[in-house]
Amino acid sequence: MSDPSGQGMGASVARREDRRFLLGKGRYTDDIRLPDQTWAVFVRSPYASAKIRSINAAPALAAPGVLAVLTGEDVAADGLGGIPCGWQIKNKDDSVMVEPPHPALALGKVRHAGDPVVMVIAATKAQAKDAAQLVEVDYDPLPAVAHLKAAVSPGAPLVWDEAAGNVCFDWHLGDSAATEAEFAGAAHVTAIDLTNNRVAPNAIEPRAANGHYETSDDRYTLYTTSQNPHLIRLLLGAFSLKVPEHRLRVVAPDVGGGFGSKIFHYAEEFLVLWASKRVGRPVKWTSERSEAFLSDAHGRDHLTHAELALDADGKFRGLRVRTLANMGAYLSTFAPAIPTYLHATLLSGPYVIPAIYAEVKAIFTNTVPVDAVRGAGRPEATYLLERLVDKAARELGIDRVEIRRKNLIRTDQFPYQTPVALQYDIGDYQATLDMALEAIDYPHFADRKAASAARGKLRGFGISTYIEACGIAPSALVGALGARAGLYEAASVRVHPTGSVTVFTGTHSHGQGHETTFAQLVVEKLGVPFDSVEIVHGDTDRIPFGMGTYGSRSAAVGGSAMYKAMDKIIEKGKKVAAHLLEANVADIEFSDGKFRVAGTDREKSFGDIAFAAYVPHNYPIETVEPGLEDSAFYDPKNFTFPGGCHAVEVEVDPETGVVEVVDVSIADDVGVVINPMIVDGQAHGGLAHGIGQALYEECVYDDDGQLLSGSFMSYCMPRAADLPMFKVGNHVTACTHNPVGIKGVGEVGAIGVPPAVINAVLDALAPLGVEHIDMPATPQKVWQAIRTAGGGAA
Amino acid sequence: MATITLQVNAKSHVVDVEPRTLLVELLREQLRLTGAHVGCDTSQCGACTVWVDGKSVKSCAMLAVEADGRAVTTIEGLAKDGTLHPMQQAFHTCHGLQCGFCTPGMVMCATELVQRNPNPSEHEVRHWLEGNLCRCTGYHNIVKAVLTAAETMRTETTTGGAP
Repeated sequence: MSDPSGQGMGASVARREDRRFLLGKGRYTDDIRLPDQTWAVFVRSPYASAKIRSINAAPALAAPGVLAVLTGEDVAADGLGGIPCGWQIKNKDDSVMVEPPHPALALGKVRHAGDPVVMVIAATKAQAKDAAQLVEVDYDPLPAVAHLKAAVSPGAPLVWDEAAGNVCFDWHLGDSAATEAEFAGAAHVTAIDLTNNRVAPNAIEPRAANGHYETSDDRYTLYTTSQNPHLIRLLLGAFSLKVPEHRLRVVAPDVGGGFGSKIFHYAEEFLVLWASKRVGRPVKWTSERSEAFLSDAHGRDHLTHAELALDADGKFRGLRVRTLANMGAYLSTFAPAIPTYLHATLLSGPYVIPAIYAEVKAIFTNTVPVDAVRGAGRPEATYLLERLVDKAARELGIDRVEIRRKNLIRTDQFPYQTPVALQYDIGDYQATLDMALEAIDYPHFADRKAASAARGKLRGFGISTYIEACGIAPSALVGALGARAGLYEAASVRVHPTGSVTVFTGTHSHGQGHETTFAQLVVEKLGVPFDSVEIVHGDTDRIPFGMGTYGSRSAAVGGSAMYKAMDKIIEKGKKVAAHLLEANVADIEFSDGKFRVAGTDREKSFGDIAFAAYVPHNYPIETVEPGLEDSAFYDPKNFTFPGGCHAVEVEVDPETGVVEVVDVSIADDVGVVINPMIVDGQAHGGLAHGIGQALYEECVYDDDGQLLSGSFMSYCMPRAADLPMFKVGNHVTACTHNPVGIKGVGEVGAIGVPPAVINAVLDALAPLGVEHIDMPATPQKVWQAIRTAGGGAA
Repeated sequence: MATITLQVNAKSHVVDVEPRTLLVELLREQLRLTGAHVGCDTSQCGACTVWVDGKSVKSCAMLAVEADGRAVTTIEGLAKDGTLHPMQQAFHTCHGLQCGFCTPGMVMCATELVQRNPNPSEHEVRHWLEGNLCRCTGYHNIVKAVLTAAETMRTETTTGGAP
């Protein structure tokens, strides 16, 4: 390994992508305007459930600039437009889940407010908007159901006739009998009922798609706000547009944040391509924010009953969990996997729990589809477990730090097989617990609580010790569990004749800084200068293949693919070097960017070898091909398991119910760190996201399925003044099964911090007799909880 | 259509706009200055922030015709001769941006703060940025960047450099 420049592994290199963004020269999808550009606007259903009696497009078609007004019937007439689901879950009885159709434009019926019904295309955006107002859709409103409890009530309106009781699937994991036995022998059982609030992803860049069909070469190009352009091409090719991949190009240029919402294949991506061929011009659609609230997949929305069985001394014996998970009206790309394999498998947390049994029922409702949002299933698991652990500690009179310490998996227990399928390879949960407690100065919490009390504030301390599973894999396993895709990653490394390097990665960067961190990996591995490395992502015509960026997988899986490809480069380079240095290949070592005959000072630089490979005058041409370029696909052997401890202090104003987060101290083990500055930044963002879920954010539906929090006026996003500076610590145990040792960092904040915040709020309110609160702990909810408990002023 | 005359980044433009055209639409669609972004439709996110006569304005909340006769500065006009403004430089150094989408609005808004208040406290920075949403950074490094830039700008003012 080598790093002559100080810009390799472990260096806080400032990001090379920053300059274009800071100068206003980023190239986001909506910035792209193609020759003869047209604009699309969607007419969306105002009802959560309704029959479409008729659509009168004539007035819109007659409006200035209008090129086409398209409906679900037009899509169906072409035999296209089914938006596929990428994961099939099996029921307890081994039958498969109910998988209803998902037409790109509604056919006969609308199933959620915001369901797209008509697509209007015009020469300007304003003309398309004006014409959309003229489309007459005659609806016959039907009873709708938006909330989980209502959807599973007897006689509830059915979202899909084929889904009795609105159940999409009824799934379970773990050993029911073994769990019952642990409960039967337990000294104490703690039970809890929880809501995991529905959230909107809200990347600040709204989704956009620009489709271009070129008659000259019978080829489609899609510019789209995607986290995984190859996956979108695959789904377009195989399912929605049904065009072979060689005639499809998907470009995800600069993308303004994803947080999961830009993983999925959305109807609009298919529709702009399909419509482009019909109108013979490129068609662009850019979501407005209010439209985003009604069309981007939401996250979470669980109702859970959970019970923890303990010995009298606080040792965990068993865990039982029953969860209802809202799927919305249609199955989004990865929706079925989120409350199952990304949720129930995490229920052991960082603890030894001898037996676990989880049951998950997925429920259709007349709401926007629900899928992955930052953390995706893992925040839900962590939240219920950490709330339960705190409640058990209170009930048993055990200190909440001590009950965790008593049950954490010890370092000598790795690899640790949980009762819910996962095998953790490595971690040090005691170390991260100690780090976080020290950084927040836990021993002096009582002093701070007294100081807050003197100012009329209730101070609370909250903690969570959590585990995450990243880099979901291996492909064979996820395939057996119902995934309809592989979850490997690909990379190509092209060494140019003068020794500079272009890496093509199948992951996608939309804020993560891959152009910098992946270049650092190349510097580390090949010993070339940082400035001679280019990272290319986001274009299916340039990059051979890839599965994209989600689940904190890019560095762990994509970085490992790059390492494998670079190993091939080095192996070939050694053969060329052996020839030039007149030595045996076995004697050639590579380090610091030099190929060297072991034990001598005879060496060739990386650049010399690259040049020789492309100008093969003196070259082992009989055994080695010219050129220096190679690719690798890396299929992980296991998930990676970041973990750690998040500690939070809050101050509650008992008069107003306002919760202020006054201190956040976290210690994460995310594996080997490429760029500490970027890793800390990822943690910061996740923390804000998690605090947002805990205190502010919620998609609120009324009983008729109308989204009441459908804009930034009514959906509360965390703002700068709502948050403190974060104390972020890292404790590294290297992942044992990937070549880079990386685990992943993108989601840890959103996973670990919500229960720590709520545990802190409940700690603050405990003296007033408040025992429970659901997220988001808004001032109104906190104030009401205080009044209901009889505390506070009348 | 109305004909308006305005300065954008010190360059004069005479443009025809519809009465309903928003300033951000004029900038992005007609003048093709795509640095100002649209992140919402209720003037909450601040991604479209530009200066009009030196003051921060959400360009989605102002009609283009209202900019008639006025001077607009966008993120594209902040750097001088390719040299980043101290605020831009501080965002880079402090990792105050990730996806970059909120960044132009953040930088414009924060720069006006420091021009008005050369030595803002962390509390003042956080409250000044209440009209700008970021989903990536948790604001931590944005706040650090603004405080860092303020220090640089104070030093440059004292030593006679450009603000």
